[in-house]
Amino acid sequence: MADVWIPPQMQRIVGTPERVQADGATVRQVINALETLHPGLKDLLYDAETDDVTPGLAVIVDGEVSQLGLIERVGPDSEMHFLPAIGGGA
Amino acid sequence: MTLDYKPNIVLANDREYKVVGTRPVRHDGADKVTGLARYSADLNLPGMLYGKVLRSPHAHARINSIDTARAAALPGVRAIVTGADIVEPTGRASDLAEGAMINFKFLSNNIMAQDKALYKGHAIAAVAAVNAHVAEEALALIDVDYAVLPPVMHASDAMADGATLVHERLAALNTPATRAGGVLDDDDAAAGTNIANHFEFNMGSLDDGFAAAEIIVERSVQTSAVHQGYIEPHSGTAMWHDDGSLTIWSSSQGHFTVRDHTARLVGVPVSSVKAIPMEIGGGFGAKLAVYMEPLAALLARKCHAPVKVSMNRTEVFEATGPTSGTEIYCKIGATSDGKITAADVQMIFEAGAFPGSPVPGAANCVLAAYDIANTHIEGYDIVVNRPKTAAYRAPGSPAAAYCVEVALDELAEKLGIDPIDLRLMNSAKEGTRRPTGPLTPKVGYVETLEASKAHPHYTAPKDGKYRGRGFAAGFWGNNTGPSAAVAVVAPDGKVSLTEGSPDIGGTRASIAQQFAEVLGIPVEDVNPQIGDTDSIGFTSNTGGSSVTFKTGFAAYTAAQDVKQQMMSRAARIWEVTEDDVVFEDGVFTHRADDQLRLTFQQLAARQVPTGGPIVGRGGVNPGGAGPAIACHIVDVEVDVDTGKVEIIRYTAIQDAGKAIHPSYVEGQIQGGVVQGIGWALNEEYYINDQGHMVNSSFLDYRMPVSLDLPMIDTVIVEVDNPNHPYGVRGVGEVPIVPPMAAIANAIYDAIGVRLTVLPMNPGNVLEALWAKDGS
Repeated sequence: MADVWIPPQMQRIVGTPERVQADGATVRQVINALETLHPGLKDLLYDAETDDVTPGLAVIVDGEVSQLGLIERVGPDSEMHFLPAIGGGA
Repeated sequence: MTLDYKPNIVLANDREYKVVGTRPVRHDGADKVTGLARYSADLNLPGMLYGKVLRSPHAHARINSIDTARAAALPGVRAIVTGADIVEPTGRASDLAEGAMINFKFLSNNIMAQDKALYKGHAIAAVAAVNAHVAEEALALIDVDYAVLPPVMHASDAMADGATLVHERLAALNTPATRAGGVLDDDDAAAGTNIANHFEFNMGSLDDGFAAAEIIVERSVQTSAVHQGYIEPHSGTAMWHDDGSLTIWSSSQGHFTVRDHTARLVGVPVSSVKAIPMEIGGGFGAKLAVYMEPLAALLARKCHAPVKVSMNRTEVFEATGPTSGTEIYCKIGATSDGKITAADVQMIFEAGAFPGSPVPGAANCVLAAYDIANTHIEGYDIVVNRPKTAAYRAPGSPAAAYCVEVALDELAEKLGIDPIDLRLMNSAKEGTRRPTGPLTPKVGYVETLEASKAHPHYTAPKDGKYRGRGFAAGFWGNNTGPSAAVAVVAPDGKVSLTEGSPDIGGTRASIAQQFAEVLGIPVEDVNPQIGDTDSIGFTSNTGGSSVTFKTGFAAYTAAQDVKQQMMSRAARIWEVTEDDVVFEDGVFTHRADDQLRLTFQQLAARQVPTGGPIVGRGGVNPGGAGPAIACHIVDVEVDVDTGKVEIIRYTAIQDAGKAIHPSYVEGQIQGGVVQGIGWALNEEYYINDQGHMVNSSFLDYRMPVSLDLPMIDTVIVEVDNPNHPYGVRGVGEVPIVPPMAAIANAIYDAIGVRLTVLPMNPGNVLEALWAKDGS
């Protein structure tokens, strides 16, 4: 199962612990599994209108910012984070 | 050991290349030094009209009415647009390709005000006329009825109970997912706020960490809003065609963003818009945003003629995005032997009139270079009646580093430990968990610190009274994104390489080098050019220090495609299989028969009869940009009578992964340092009590010039980024992160005073000296 780190604000809103173990071979599947475990999380992580990760949110899988979003592969021992995305300037 | 450094050297990794790592003349150099290069405002079209923008004279005012009748009646006026003409999308957020979020309602409202003017200089209306003078005259004939409101100019005021609200219906958004703010639904009874976002990151236990500390340092700093100060003002030209399509010419850090945002704000499909990139005279983050292009398009549609709208310098200062003013606090605890046990950071960033300051970037960077078990990072994004902030080189990180790197200098002093040794003892390494959660990838923190300590500058004598030396480090995460490159092989063996990234720092050369390296051809045989949005695949913005990484990757991929096709042609000519063809140093040979031999040029000449034109393509979206680290050493001399600080010597050491073109890496480092020096010593938005910027010209907004500065020496450290074919990591942004802290630490070394407010201009230095002396 993937080890998913939940941001502090989401922990408070949804009432999750800091880390949640969730099944899934893709980011989409992991988000769906998180929703089953902690209803309300999917609303924060997933944007139904664009069928994508919530705008402004970066998904980090095994230390790398995903460029593929929901279809990014997730391994059984993967570590996942959801962090605010940042733009650059130079 | 002290190394025998010479200025601007490369501490190379052990990977050797023929083209990568060399210093060829840039392909666009001759055009730029002879004046042939064409920037946005250079464009002139037959029948073109000129646009001007009416801007709010108030920092905060309700717009009761706009009457354009007198202006429209002026001979020569062809079109007028107001907020009623621009599409105002919903307030839901969208992703920019690079990962930054955009709220199109706020974008629309920033380009043209609707019901309120939210800062002095906010666009109220725009006019197109036969020449710029008539357009200016028409602006004076537009009658706007304002109800002036009290402005809120500083974050501390905006956060207070009962503060004037910049937006009455701004939602307080408290998740990382919604950092750029939004508007309350009509049926939501919640009160509005100026706090657009508030977030935090926790790691370990602060209580435990500080309990284990034997020495604790606390530091608060303030920084002023500063502008990127690019030479070229914003300009955009738009022309509609009879089929309903639109062509836009402008300089930007992303013409696909120009296309996408303009299409959205004028209400046409993206496929109807072609954005043509012009040469860019500096951006540094601020030209990721559009300002002029939608207005030019709206005016052009109304008057059925091409329209060019250009800003002057005052408009650039007052109506584009500086970076945030900030208030930052940190508390750092350590054991007596120098192990940092806890760090607490609170950061308040002014976003300007619309949500979206770089405080998330600051949070991601502020402690990322260090291995600290117990951390807490808290950020606030605050709207105020100032121009909407834009990205500026490593957005958020410089202000954050100013606070923490000064505190580390204090900590080192209290511990009696060398400042570099303190950082080495606590440096993050591959696998260190960051305060925001993810693990640190491979990066050369330790190598860069060690190179700094070994540099002769660090131990050179400090001759003279009131001279001091300071050290600081800086972190930036770097970015990536989708990118495209297409290569067309000419019959003479030259290659036309079209790429999607606007070149703002010499990337034509660095990308062409990566292409040429694969094919073993001289980089001079590659002609790199930037394609318009109809000519090249989607490419994310030139930002995040991403281009040499991502578009270099695309060019590498396109070159591999060319190589594969040419090996196939050689096999066809020799009537063998592709497996029998070997390619090395620009020559195709038969594996078993060295008489069968074709150079790249010979094979290029035979491409058409052997299967048609050879076109290589690279479309990528690579991950793993790899973070950047910079360490700076600076010597200053303080004139204690005038408060003036002079930079005597400056050395910047930086991990570049692999310096594809070392001269341009050095140029990026030197440019970042110089901007940081200006931020540290002189630059600020000077705002009067009406909320007006009173130094909106280069005469009064003091940026450093060459006479103010010594040569900025550089040392490039190369610790490969394993996620790139040549080991590249971005270099453009991180050099602006350490200067403010390094200079503040040097001033302390010189005169024994900690400067905690930027800029450290003569007035602030004298006040600090007087406070120290009790006078």
